[in-house]
Amino acid sequence: MVALSINGEKREVDVPPDMPLLWVLRDVLGMTGTKFGCGLGLCGACTVHLNGNAIRSCITPVSAVGDQPIRTIETIGGTSNGAKVQKAWLDVEVVQCGYCQSGQIMSATALLDSNPHPSDADIDAAMSGNICRCGTYQRIREAIKRAAG
Amino acid sequence: MRQDNVELTRREFVGMTAGAVFVYGFHVPASNANDAAKSEPFAPNAFIRVDGQGAVTFICPQVEMGQGVYTSLAMIVAEELDADWKRVRVEHAPPNEKLYFNPMLGVQATGNSNSIRGFWKPLRQAAATTRACLVEAAARQWKVPAAECRAEDGKVVHDRTKRTLDYGALAAGAATITPPKDVPLKDPAKFRLIGRPVKRLDTPEKVNGRVQYGIDARPPGVKIATLIKSPVLGGKVARVDDSRAKTVPGVRQVVVLDDLVAVVGDHMWAAKQGLAALDITWNDGPNANVSSDLIWSRLREASKRDGALAKEVGNLQSVFGEGVVTAEFEMPLLAHATMEPMNATVHITPAAADVWIGNQAIPRVQAAVARAAGLTPAQVTVHNHLIGGGFGRRLEPDAAYDAARIAKQVAAPVKVVWTREEDIRHDWFRPVYHTILQARLRDERIVGWKHKVTGSAVVARWLPAGFKNGVDFDGVDAAVDVPYEIPNYRVEFNREEPPGINTAFWRGVGPNNNVFAIESFMDELARSVGKDPIEFRRAHLEKEPRLRASIPPSGAASVPTTTCSRSSRSWTSWRAASARIRSSSGVRTSRRNRVCGRRSTW
Repeated sequence: MVALSINGEKREVDVPPDMPLLWVLRDVLGMTGTKFGCGLGLCGACTVHLNGNAIRSCITPVSAVGDQPIRTIETIGGTSNGAKVQKAWLDVEVVQCGYCQSGQIMSATALLDSNPHPSDADIDAAMSGNICRCGTYQRIREAIKRAAG
Repeated sequence: MRQDNVELTRREFVGMTAGAVFVYGFHVPASNANDAAKSEPFAPNAFIRVDGQGAVTFICPQVEMGQGVYTSLAMIVAEELDADWKRVRVEHAPPNEKLYFNPMLGVQATGNSNSIRGFWKPLRQAAATTRACLVEAAARQWKVPAAECRAEDGKVVHDRTKRTLDYGALAAGAATITPPKDVPLKDPAKFRLIGRPVKRLDTPEKVNGRVQYGIDARPPGVKIATLIKSPVLGGKVARVDDSRAKTVPGVRQVVVLDDLVAVVGDHMWAAKQGLAALDITWNDGPNANVSSDLIWSRLREASKRDGALAKEVGNLQSVFGEGVVTAEFEMPLLAHATMEPMNATVHITPAAADVWIGNQAIPRVQAAVARAAGLTPAQVTVHNHLIGGGFGRRLEPDAAYDAARIAKQVAAPVKVVWTREEDIRHDWFRPVYHTILQARLRDERIVGWKHKVTGSAVVARWLPAGFKNGVDFDGVDAAVDVPYEIPNYRVEFNREEPPGINTAFWRGVGPNNNVFAIESFMDELARSVGKDPIEFRRAHLEKEPRLRASIPPSGAASVPTTTCSRSSRSWTSWRAASARIRSSSGVRTSRRNRVCGRRSTW
């Protein structure tokens, strides 16, 4: 049994220690907001927060998580910056197909948590691991600035 | 594809494609779920339902994959229905070619950027007829002439007596009214929704994690599988040792089929680990020796043949002689790489099957699953989902077909998720193309132009009726209607299927090959006569004022204010691209221009 702290709740799961957090969330706990894109840490669709930092859940084994708190897209709106980012995403109409956007929002929120007023260069650096196949990058940048106020 | 000057009649639909014209009898179909008279909610056709609370459900024939069609088509319905936009909901249409075919394609499919063009009129007709029934229901209740009533924001209003009735209160009454024929459509000057920016209907759930794509389906008891198909197309499984795979925690079953092996587990990690632990020997089959070199050499050899005539204007022979400039262009295979990897969830029981998927052509999914399961299509229920990237890849039912063949061996619903590696390896690729462009110039103007496309005919496989006289209308799209004024030109299509590769549509196919070749060639031609490439184009656009205005003369500060900001952006990038070509190594004729499929990200 592995004990995890996910979105403020204790969850016990019977999974192998090398199992990436992504599959625990999606296939064991049924939390499908976090997306599978590549399984190799290359696309960012699976981004969640571990201890407040944006990480790629597809390459993070549960054994490396320990008791550090995990937050996912399902509750990011309960945080101050998460709510601002989600609102900005809607105001700017960032989304097209939307498949990458959970990951984009998690990365953007982590960025604002550590850097309340990021420059374009800061945004590009922080978001460079999140691919959008529809090409919504310009609107993502605009929405992050709007969320930063 | 262009669809200029095509007037759509009320009962007929003309889907026009370059080089081919399809005519389909069209009428707003009766709902299969509702035999009008008694039932509630009110559903006078296959597209619209109005329930007793006044909620309007739009059953959308086109699938949402990011292009915004669940919002834009819903707006068309809401506009003509005078619905309350806040009470409009969208539902995925089930597979039904008769009810939900795309009038531009003749099949139920979302592709080729034609959802608005195809459904603009039929949805307006369906909604106007629905509105007329609701108005009539109110008039009967009030015992006033229907002409004295009007609809507005989900209500019918009788101004003289200041009475209103909500659509919800009218639904039952409207269901007893025979829908009238030939209801006049709204005067566009009276549009209240169309032409106004509205928020997309699909975004709220896409920012809070509640959205459900096909890959998120979790029917009760679902098992997760991943697969490996023969790395060489046409290859077979020769031998599998699954002894190690079966010891992986969470692995439940290994399914070995003719051409693929799948591992079924409690979760994707078990399936992936199990797959990695398999020892498979493949028999590569007839394509064992296919290589990139073979594909290209066959294509180049084939490009020497004459192609089938796609378009001819004037008399090319009269001007082609000395001084013909020739350039060759080659385009590589491209994978779609949709963000949502290929997947399908299938549950097969003795007399039925369910499939959960996001797909652009669901009747094909239904047929493929039926074939794999040994059922009739009517026994297969398709639960369509939002799509995490289509680009043409999800016009194909292969993921559902493979999943169904696997599911047939599994006594539970099984979600088959491809790894990203498998998704790229077994893409149905944008074809390789070899294009030869030739032109003759006189006094700095093009007097003759020949465009020959050699490559795969995707249409011949996907929509055989569209492949006529050896011409793939999509393969020559944008080549047969170049905007430049050229008195003599000829376009040929030369079919050559690459060996050992599945080819498919990829964000449109013809245009992304042809426009690149045409515009690159225009730069080469400009250079050959020492002209600025923009001046050279402008000189050939005198009969296309709108296009001409979008590329102002070199040195002009900006595009005219009459063109939109989008043109401004594309003009800027286009100008930059032209500059790069200008600064390259100068004109070389008969050279090969290779292009790599790179896309910028951040």
